[in-house]
Amino acid sequence: MGEAIVVTSGKGGVGKTTTSANIGTVLALQGKKVCLIDTDIGLRNLDVVMGLENRIIYDLVDVADGRCKLNQALIKDKRFDDLSLLPAAQTRDKSAVSPEQMKEIIDELKRDYDYIVIDCPAGIEQGFKNAVAGADMAIVVTTPEISSVRDADRIIGLLEQDDRLKSPRLIINRIRSHMMKNGDMLDVDEIMNVLAIDLLGIVKDDDAVISAANKGEPISLNPSTAASIAYRNIGRRILGESVPLMSLDDKPSFIVKIKRLLGMR
Amino acid sequence: MSKTQPLVTIKGTKDGLILSLNDMCSYHHLIAELREKLSVNKKHYQEGPLISVKVQGGNRYLSKEQRAEITEIIRSQKKLFVADIETNVMTKDECEEKQRKGQLTSLTQVVRSGQVLEIEGDFLLIGDVNPGAKITATGNIYVLGSLGGIAHAGVEGDHDAIIAASLMKPTQLRIGDVISRSTDDMIEYGNPEQTMACAFLDSSYKKIAIDRIQSYFKRSKQLARL
Repeated sequence: MGEAIVVTSGKGGVGKTTTSANIGTVLALQGKKVCLIDTDIGLRNLDVVMGLENRIIYDLVDVADGRCKLNQALIKDKRFDDLSLLPAAQTRDKSAVSPEQMKEIIDELKRDYDYIVIDCPAGIEQGFKNAVAGADMAIVVTTPEISSVRDADRIIGLLEQDDRLKSPRLIINRIRSHMMKNGDMLDVDEIMNVLAIDLLGIVKDDDAVISAANKGEPISLNPSTAASIAYRNIGRRILGESVPLMSLDDKPSFIVKIKRLLGMR
Repeated sequence: MSKTQPLVTIKGTKDGLILSLNDMCSYHHLIAELREKLSVNKKHYQEGPLISVKVQGGNRYLSKEQRAEITEIIRSQKKLFVADIETNVMTKDECEEKQRKGQLTSLTQVVRSGQVLEIEGDFLLIGDVNPGAKITATGNIYVLGSLGGIAHAGVEGDHDAIIAASLMKPTQLRIGDVISRSTDDMIEYGNPEQTMACAFLDSSYKKIAIDRIQSYFKRSKQLARL
C-alpha cells in the first residue's frame, strides 16, 4: 500500500509544481514506484515541467468520468524505471472532479505505487479540496516572503483540521542566502517560529531550476547544482533518513574547498 | 388569603428602601398589594430627594416581563427608582450562562491565519496566535505564547477585561469596544521587548495601555482569576 503526498502552498508561484516534479524524480531515482498527479485542472503544467506534454492522450477528468481506464491515462516517464504521470485536463475547470472521485483514483493508484505525489493548485477552493481528499501526508511549500508565509499558515490550519492527514511538513523554497544574511528576507528560524511544523527541507534559489524546467527535465536529474542536492536530501528525508540541513553559505568554506580538491564531495 | 401577614413589606434604610415581596402568594395578589402600598404613601414618594429601592423577591422566580412590571410600578412614583431586583431563583439557562461566562477555557493549539476562536468566559491559550488569526473572549485572554493576530477581550462590553501574552506583537488589540492598532496608539509603560505583557484599558476607558504583567497586577491590585 503506497502513501499519497500532496504538495500545496496556498499562494501561487512559490514552486509547488517544481517541487512536485522534483520530489517525484528523486523518489523514482531511489528506486521507488512513483506516480505524479496534476490536479490543477485548467492550468496544468506538471506535464510541461516533466517534459511529457506531447504524450498526453487521456487526463484526470477522463478517468473520473469513466471515459478511459486509469492505466490508459497514465504516462510512463522513460527516463526512470517507474515514474508515471496522471495529467490534468486543460479544457475544463476544477469542478469537473469531486473529492470523492479523487479519493477513488488515488486509492486505486496506492495499490500499485509506493508514492503518489499530488500537485495541488493555488488557492483554498475546490481544487485544493480535491487535491487533499485522497492524501495521507501534506508537504507545504513556502518562500521566505511574508505573504507566502501567511498563506502557508492558513493552509496548515486547514490541513490540521483534517484528521486523516499526518501533520504537514514544510519546504522553504527560493532562499536567497545573501538577503537572509542581511536580514532583508525572513530567515528560516523566523518562518519556523510562526509556522511551527516539521521542516522537511530548504531549497536555495537557483537559476538552473528555471532553465531545467524550460528544457522539460527536473533539476534533480542533474546532481551538480545546489537545488538538486536539496531535493535529493528532501527525498531521503521522506524515505525516513535523517539528513542534516544544507548550509546557506554561498562561498564554500576552506575545508570544503580542500575536500573538493581531493575529489571528495 | 388572609391579610394578617402583609405581602409587601417596606423597610427604610440609610441607603434607601427595601421592598420585601412575599414569595408564597400569587403574583397577581402581590402586584395588587404593591400598587396599593405605594399609593398609600404617595406624598412621601412624590417630592423630596430621589430614593433608591431594592426589591427582594425571596424564593420567587421573576420573569423578565414581571421584573419590568414591578420596575414600572415603582417608577410611577416620581422620586423612586429601582436599584436592583434580586431573587434567590434563576432558570437553568441563566445559571448555565453564568457558569459559562465565569469559567476558564484552556486550549493547546496554534491559532493560524484565517482561524477564529470565540470563547465564552476567560480564555487561556497554550500556543501562538499567528498573524491573520483572531481570538475573542467575553472575559480575559491569556496567551502562553506569541500573540501575533487580533485579540478581543470583553467582547460583550466588559471594560475591565485584560489581554496578557508571553510575547505581545499583535496586529490589533480590542477590549470591549475600544480598538487599538499595533503599538502606535497605545499607552506604553516601558516594556520595549513586549514580553510578558498585559493590555488593559486605562482609567478613562478610552485607550488601551500595555504594561508588564507583574507591574500591572501590582498597580491595579486586581488578581488574576486563574
